Amino acid sequence: MKTKVLAIDDSRTIRSLLSETLSEAGFEVITAEDGQEGVETFAKTKPDVVITDINMPRMDGYGVIETLRGKKIATRVPILVLTTESSAEVKARVRGAGATGWIGKPFDDESLIFAIKRVAGMAG
Amino acid sequence: MSSSIQDTFFEECEELLEAIDEGLTAIDDGNWDGETVNAVFRAVHSIKGGAGAFGLDKLVGFAHTFETVFDGLRSENQKLDGKLAQLLLRASDNLSDLVVEARGGKPADPETHGAVTNELQAYLEAEGLGEEVDLSDFQPMVLDLGFTDDQPSQASFLIRFRPHATLYDSGNEPLFLFQALAELGEIDVTLDESRLPKLESFDHEEAYLSWEIRLTTDKSEAVVDSVFEFVHGLCDLEISEEVAGSKEDPGLDTSVDASSVKDNSSEHTKQSSNTSTPNAKASAKPDAKAANSTLRVDLERVDRLINTVGELIINHSMLAQQIHNLDVDDLRAVENELEAFKSLAREIQECVMAIRAQPVKPLFQRMARIVREASAATGKVTRLVTEGDATEVDKTVIERLTDPMTHILRNAVDHGIEKPEARLAAGKSEDGEIRLTASHRSGSVSIEIRDDGAGLNREKIREIAVEKNLIPRDADLSDSEIDSLLFLPGFSTASEVSNLSGRGVGMDVVRNSVMALGGRITISSTPGAGTVFTIILPLTMAVMDGMVVSVADQTMVVPITSIIETIRATEGAVHCLGPKENMLSVRGSFVPIFDVAQVLGLRAESRDPLNAVFLLVETQMGGCGALAVDTIHDQRQVVIKSLDGVCGETAGVAAATILGDGKIAMILDPESILAEAPAAKALA
Amino acid sequence: MQVQLEEQHSAVQEYVTFSVADQVFCLRINQIREIRRWSPVTILPHAPHYVLGVMNLRGAVIPIYDLASRLGLARSDASERDVVIVVNLDGNLLGLLAEAVSEIISINPEEIQDTPSVDSRDTMEFIQGIISKNDQMIRIVNLNAVGFPDKDEV
Repeated sequence: MKTKVLAIDDSRTIRSLLSETLSEAGFEVITAEDGQEGVETFAKTKPDVVITDINMPRMDGYGVIETLRGKKIATRVPILVLTTESSAEVKARVRGAGATGWIGKPFDDESLIFAIKRVAGMAG
Repeated sequence: MSSSIQDTFFEECEELLEAIDEGLTAIDDGNWDGETVNAVFRAVHSIKGGAGAFGLDKLVGFAHTFETVFDGLRSENQKLDGKLAQLLLRASDNLSDLVVEARGGKPADPETHGAVTNELQAYLEAEGLGEEVDLSDFQPMVLDLGFTDDQPSQASFLIRFRPHATLYDSGNEPLFLFQALAELGEIDVTLDESRLPKLESFDHEEAYLSWEIRLTTDKSEAVVDSVFEFVHGLCDLEISEEVAGSKEDPGLDTSVDASSVKDNSSEHTKQSSNTSTPNAKASAKPDAKAANSTLRVDLERVDRLINTVGELIINHSMLAQQIHNLDVDDLRAVENELEAFKSLAREIQECVMAIRAQPVKPLFQRMARIVREASAATGKVTRLVTEGDATEVDKTVIERLTDPMTHILRNAVDHGIEKPEARLAAGKSEDGEIRLTASHRSGSVSIEIRDDGAGLNREKIREIAVEKNLIPRDADLSDSEIDSLLFLPGFSTASEVSNLSGRGVGMDVVRNSVMALGGRITISSTPGAGTVFTIILPLTMAVMDGMVVSVADQTMVVPITSIIETIRATEGAVHCLGPKENMLSVRGSFVPIFDVAQVLGLRAESRDPLNAVFLLVETQMGGCGALAVDTIHDQRQVVIKSLDGVCGETAGVAAATILGDGKIAMILDPESILAEAPAAKALA
Repeated sequence: MQVQLEEQHSAVQEYVTFSVADQVFCLRINQIREIRRWSPVTILPHAPHYVLGVMNLRGAVIPIYDLASRLGLARSDASERDVVIVVNLDGNLLGLLAEAVSEIISINPEEIQDTPSVDSRDTMEFIQGIISKNDQMIRIVNLNAVGFPDKDEV
């Protein structure tokens, strides 16, 4: 069983980058184009870890976290937030919303995979 | 980095730039709300994000400044007035130039780039949003994992780790942290469960476990600490470097089974050596799973599909004809199936055509910029209004329309729209308006460019045409014929070359580009009220609607787009003019007759016009001609077969097609038939 | 078997012979794509005199030349007994009208004689060489010259 990653980002470029990097690293990758779709996809695919962008149409990243955590859809599934800012303030806010960790954008492959491993391990 | 993802990025940039433009246009029109601002912010932000991934620093830098302005507008409810909207539009144009530059195209104008950047910065400072634009928070957060460092010196760390209950709530899991640690070196994990309460006082919300981990690694303490990055503040953590040899006695009986973890570690080392150079890595597997909602397909494959489907349709009609010729009593069952076959084939064709079809919106948005720039250069105020943005046209058509439309629009602003004072004096609104309208019209697409300027100066056009020997001084021309003189080769209005529209490109080039797409362009103008250019284009480059006719025992096809109407000859409708020419009277006006068989050299003598059927066609010059053919059969869609490689350019013939009986039919080019025939020359 | 045979006599070439205006011509077998029965063609307006028209070959539009007319011989009246020899000329297909195809012959290069010097420009241009076989003169058609439009036509 591969570790299943749900990547939510409205940018096709970022989705492709995540997809390619993670598939190559041995993860199974599912993508969604915005928060709304992300939450729906989550319910359908039950991923092992969620990576979400913040700024997205329909539902933003905070909305994703609140929905997944608040509605008890995914109380324990790790959620990593993609953020262009690495300030303590943003980290605090992200964590306050219920995220597990964060990934700085732009990300390099190593830190991305390392971040996922720290929250989801690496099965398969 | 993988070039396919970079392609995706640039493709996405196009869409994002469109979205930005659309949002800003709405803002400029005063027709916006918070979501409009959000959408623009997101689009700029996405460009920044993608550009960052590819190390496009200049693009990142500008996008960041641009984004900061929008972030301010988003959160601070800053006033968004017309002046700011104009600045933002220019910023969007510059952003678009930077994207082109990043793509390896024309470098953005450094002056414009500098000016727009400065203005944005000045605005940010004035509004107190003036964070000095420091990109340090936007550098990749490179965690120095030390994978590539050569640090053979091993150190031993003792890590005391006691998670708070909140750590579990955040979705973090100690086991995974240990696995991550195991990747750094040898670990030895000891669980301390001494704080576990008796069962009756167990609180599910509380965390009682703590661990002691001994890690032997060649990594620095900072690297070890980074493993706990996500859980800082959610646990008690103590990392201390041990002096070698002073190992405490570990409680072995409760240690986490770390052997599997160690396996992972060696695997990771292998992996990291592959992934440590991201550039080499991504291209290694270009066919990796792409985003699931779209599929990137080579255009050539689509075209091959279009051709094959065309063959399928031809094949159907051939089959139908052969079945029809069979000597069988009851064909109904077969014919029913055949009918189903036909509709399926048609459906496939439509679907395939739809792949190539794209909305004209990006084209129109590009034009908005042209109008902005042309207006700024001429000191005029012009609004571009677009209608029918969603109208879909073949991709090639869109690509090849950019230049001709740019030229028309520059001309419209430069020569059409008056200066504000002149407009006011003429009782018009101060701002000029150019209206771009796209619509589908029975198998073709019409694009109209309508300005509300002064209209064409016919006297001047006439004068120039006479000066350049394009028409005799005493030529008797109708208004529309004068307007159409603009399209004549050699009618480059040298006397009014401006740095804007006069780049040596004449309207004849515009006309040729449109004709090369199988379309046509017409012009009409009303003095004082403006000028309208109408471009009629085929829906696709591969099939067209044609009228099937017979000419001297040959079957031929005339493009429907050029036919105004079909007329049967009646006694008294045909009049001789001079020794050879015949004119057809159509509702009181006389139209020259062109005997197609004669023009094509298929028949020496002109046939009796009274036995002919006429197709009334419109010419570029705005005039009309009546094509005389023997019979008209029906109207149908035909697949266009190029005659390239079969013969050179053949006057009067545009291409060929294959009919239901497998025979080839010529597709006529009415324009060149009229140009070829002596009658047309006499008329001009 | 076929392959072996060709390897053994690598110099030997196979030619297809056919008659045009009562003269015997030939083309190398690998120049020929296929041979079809004649069927009426679609006239190509303003085409040179030797272009009979165009024909549909499985969806491709290919021009058909009257070989006799092209070689400066009497123009043929195409009938259903005639054939169209479809040849590949630099990637473009071209059909040549000929009377019935006769046979396939194997020719050694030594058997090919130069075209004798004659007055006719067409003959010199279009005939690459001649072969003598059973008292017959077989003319090798220069396909490139046939397919290339005359200067005065361009």
